[in-house]
Amino acid sequence: MQRIGVFVCHCGTNIAGTVDVAAVAEALGHEPGVVVSRDYQYMCSQAGQNMIAEEIKNNRLTGIVVCSCSPRMHEATFRKTAASAGINPYMVEIANIREQCSWVHKDMAVGTEKAIILARAAVAKVNLNAPLTPGETPVTKRALVIGGGIAGIQTALDIADAGFPVDIVEQKPTIGGKMAQLDKTFPTLDCAACILTPKMVDVAQNDKIRIFSYSEVTGVKGFVGNFDVTIKRKARYVKEDICTGCGLCTEKCPQKKIPNEFNLGMDNRHAIYIPFAQAVPKVATIDPEHCMMLKTGKCGVCSKVCGAGAIDYKAKDEYVEEKYGAIVVATGFNPISMDKFDEFAYSQSKDVVTSLELERLMNAAGPTGGTLLRPSDGEHPHTIVFVQCVGSRCTACADKGKEYCSKICCMYTAKHAMLIRDKYPDTEVYVFYIDVRTPGKNFDEFYRRAVEEYGVHYIKGMVGKVTPEGGKLKVQGSDLIYGKQLHIDADMVVLAAAIEPDKSARHLATMLTASMDTNDFFTEAHPKLRPVESPTAGVFLSGTCQGPKDIPETVSQAGAAASKVIGLLCKDKLTGNPCVAHPDELMCNGCSTCANVCPYGAITYIDKEFRMPDRTTKTRRVASVNEAVCQGCGACTVACMSGAMDLRGFSNKQIMAEVDAICK
Amino acid sequence: MQEINRDTLIARAKELLSDGTVDRVLGWRCGEFDYDVTPAVFRSADELDTGFVFNIFCGANFSKYLIKETAKSESRVLVFLKPCDTYSFNQLLTEHRFDRSRVYAIGVPCDGMSDVNTLKLRAENILSAHENGDAVEIETLYDGKITLPREKILSERCRFCKSKKHVAYDELLGEEGDVCDNSRFDEVKRIEAMTPDERFEFWRGELSRCIRCNACRDVCPACTCEKCVFDNPNSGVSNKAAANSFEEQMFHIIRAFHVVGRCTDCGECSRVCPQHIPLHLLNRKFISDIDRLYGDYQAGAEVGGRAPVVNFSAGDPEPSDAVEGGANHA
Repeated sequence: MQRIGVFVCHCGTNIAGTVDVAAVAEALGHEPGVVVSRDYQYMCSQAGQNMIAEEIKNNRLTGIVVCSCSPRMHEATFRKTAASAGINPYMVEIANIREQCSWVHKDMAVGTEKAIILARAAVAKVNLNAPLTPGETPVTKRALVIGGGIAGIQTALDIADAGFPVDIVEQKPTIGGKMAQLDKTFPTLDCAACILTPKMVDVAQNDKIRIFSYSEVTGVKGFVGNFDVTIKRKARYVKEDICTGCGLCTEKCPQKKIPNEFNLGMDNRHAIYIPFAQAVPKVATIDPEHCMMLKTGKCGVCSKVCGAGAIDYKAKDEYVEEKYGAIVVATGFNPISMDKFDEFAYSQSKDVVTSLELERLMNAAGPTGGTLLRPSDGEHPHTIVFVQCVGSRCTACADKGKEYCSKICCMYTAKHAMLIRDKYPDTEVYVFYIDVRTPGKNFDEFYRRAVEEYGVHYIKGMVGKVTPEGGKLKVQGSDLIYGKQLHIDADMVVLAAAIEPDKSARHLATMLTASMDTNDFFTEAHPKLRPVESPTAGVFLSGTCQGPKDIPETVSQAGAAASKVIGLLCKDKLTGNPCVAHPDELMCNGCSTCANVCPYGAITYIDKEFRMPDRTTKTRRVASVNEAVCQGCGACTVACMSGAMDLRGFSNKQIMAEVDAICK
Repeated sequence: MQEINRDTLIARAKELLSDGTVDRVLGWRCGEFDYDVTPAVFRSADELDTGFVFNIFCGANFSKYLIKETAKSESRVLVFLKPCDTYSFNQLLTEHRFDRSRVYAIGVPCDGMSDVNTLKLRAENILSAHENGDAVEIETLYDGKITLPREKILSERCRFCKSKKHVAYDELLGEEGDVCDNSRFDEVKRIEAMTPDERFEFWRGELSRCIRCNACRDVCPACTCEKCVFDNPNSGVSNKAAANSFEEQMFHIIRAFHVVGRCTDCGECSRVCPQHIPLHLLNRKFISDIDRLYGDYQAGAEVGGRAPVVNFSAGDPEPSDAVEGGANHA
């Protein structure tokens, strides 16, 4: 029989406000096995912990129940307390009477009743707890960064700077991401390429960093400290180590009418191409969809002109297997498709562009060489209308857009408006907005400058319809402050499209068993206190894969993720989780179902001899769990038909005892 | 083509016994009446001659018997498998439940087995029953000779035969058939179409007859646990008689969950139920749900391979889809 102590925390008024803590302590004192039951104002304080330790010693307790906040908050704290007082840390159970009770109830009587039930369930569990001892696992001192935009680049550089090898996997032929496509950056208006490309070069030159460009992660196995990752290196038909990036092939290739993704389809590229001049790695890639040699076997021009002999039409996708201790997700974002926003005539007129397209139209390396010209006729536009929140904060029509604020649009629109007014003072610029949101260092000052110094017309209201007519775009919008309809004949309309996580993120999250929110942004382990960690141990988040962010924020988060990775990789051993699965070999059928469902590959099968009641021996196939690999997820215990597989610390019996205590 | 009958099977079994390929035969033995056929192990030519039968009452699926039979000795056992039995055979191999090298499997053709209960409803005091082409000739004590078309007493599972194709064997007697395109899910659809209340009443009515004899579990080729949870005092759910009607339902529902994705729809559960509960419909509902959510899947169609319920692929439906689907079809 256990000797159990129950400790009920007030958490100031957080719990005591809705739960009669004294009554909980009193009620629990009568539970079987409970020898002492007390309440205290702040159980996690030094005084509270001392009280627990004292009671453990005085009453020779074998287990304790702490009725307090979520175990995610303080389970580790109280386990340490218990260990310091001489009992096994796994003899501690937390009854969460804050998040799951006091915070969700208003009525004291109801809250108290529920708190007692939750505590009773925890007592029932402790009665069946057994001391557990965790094992240790080694750490592979190498990190993987998935995504080679500014977030991935910064994270990789910081990790490499600490001396650990890093691999970047980028699905495009070059690293650089969205930032490489931008023209100027707010609020300082320095050129994106000028600050990004040196970092890209740093990555290329860093001997700790390997770049797997034009590659994808196709499989992830293992767990924190010991991930086994499969990387698919898509065939680029150009030998990366031989190609000098001279670009001759990209000039001579006869297939030259292929929409250029880097310029968002506003000009063309060849079938063999280097996305942009500063690409890293600066290596050509053949687009197999359009290459005549690959499609029909007739051409071979690039191979003929290549002095280095780098072209290899027979190249195949290659798969690389590598071990990593930590994985950083930096998969970034894309603007949403404008297909569902036909009211803005995006599909009807070339002069309706998204903000990212405008970045290219204003970029010196863009399709117009940096002169802002109308895409339809190459004329200089005189009236430009910006529409904010296209698909952002879209609560009424969730199937069309996104409910969240994309965060960066207010600032880049102010930047665009300001740059246009600066370069082309004869151009009238109108910005339709719902709200202008400019929190951030020097952000509001920046926006005020756009309005006050550059004379940008900010109109509170939305655009209802854009109609192409006679070479103009008839913009009909409402001005909510003056309460009137506006009709503007515009030359160009720029849509601030909402941003969404890259499509690859969901598949990746599944492979990583990392959780996502309803918008497919990765979820943090704690929104405030652990913002760069995924709830999946060893998986970290960098940049817009976690939520909309501007560049400064992305870079700081990238650094934070790197520091977490460095902290992990510095360790030689990780303390494992003793709550692992173990089979009852006498009941095991050897059916392999548990091995099939195990996401960590922790279960193997062995032929084992058993002594039978009639003194014969029988060889049976039974499950065997590698406790260093098992993460205690419990999938096997549920899949096992006979109930032979059970989880230490969360046995079927313990859980049933909890359920019984709740239903009593 | 040579007709495959009792004599063909016995002749082949004798050959295999005499040349030492096998040292025993798992086959059907006639009981007191023609329709009382039970599984049995035959060890000699004499035993085969006197006891072995192969008729329209040989419904029993021998796959599960192989677990115990192969564990007894290292020498091979001969087993006769009808097409639908071979699916259970493969499923058990998938689950490593017996050693394939200790089995010599002969595929035998099947034109559908008769349902003894239906037969007894049609004829009382039966002395003998023999097939004759498409008819069954029945000798009765008081009503003389009765002739029934075979299809009239065909068992439910054979009316909706899922396959005439053997998916596993060492040797095949007769010609290979095909996987059947049938309407076995019609009955499931009928139950799905009920309102939740009607459905609850339907199942409560059916399951209330359960006497917890465990015959369904004991015969089920998917129920092969070393120790069944219902027999394990540590599991907290073991009991013989249900304390109330709710528990009866839970037994069958838990059992259906335990065989989900592994049930080949062999129909043995319903065949052996002394209370005539259509237990196979619970399993068939799961099969139709699996087909809908994960694409058509037949357990036991091959050894190993895809097992949608315990494997994960990125294209699997989200839990929300499944729940929504479940709500629509519950």
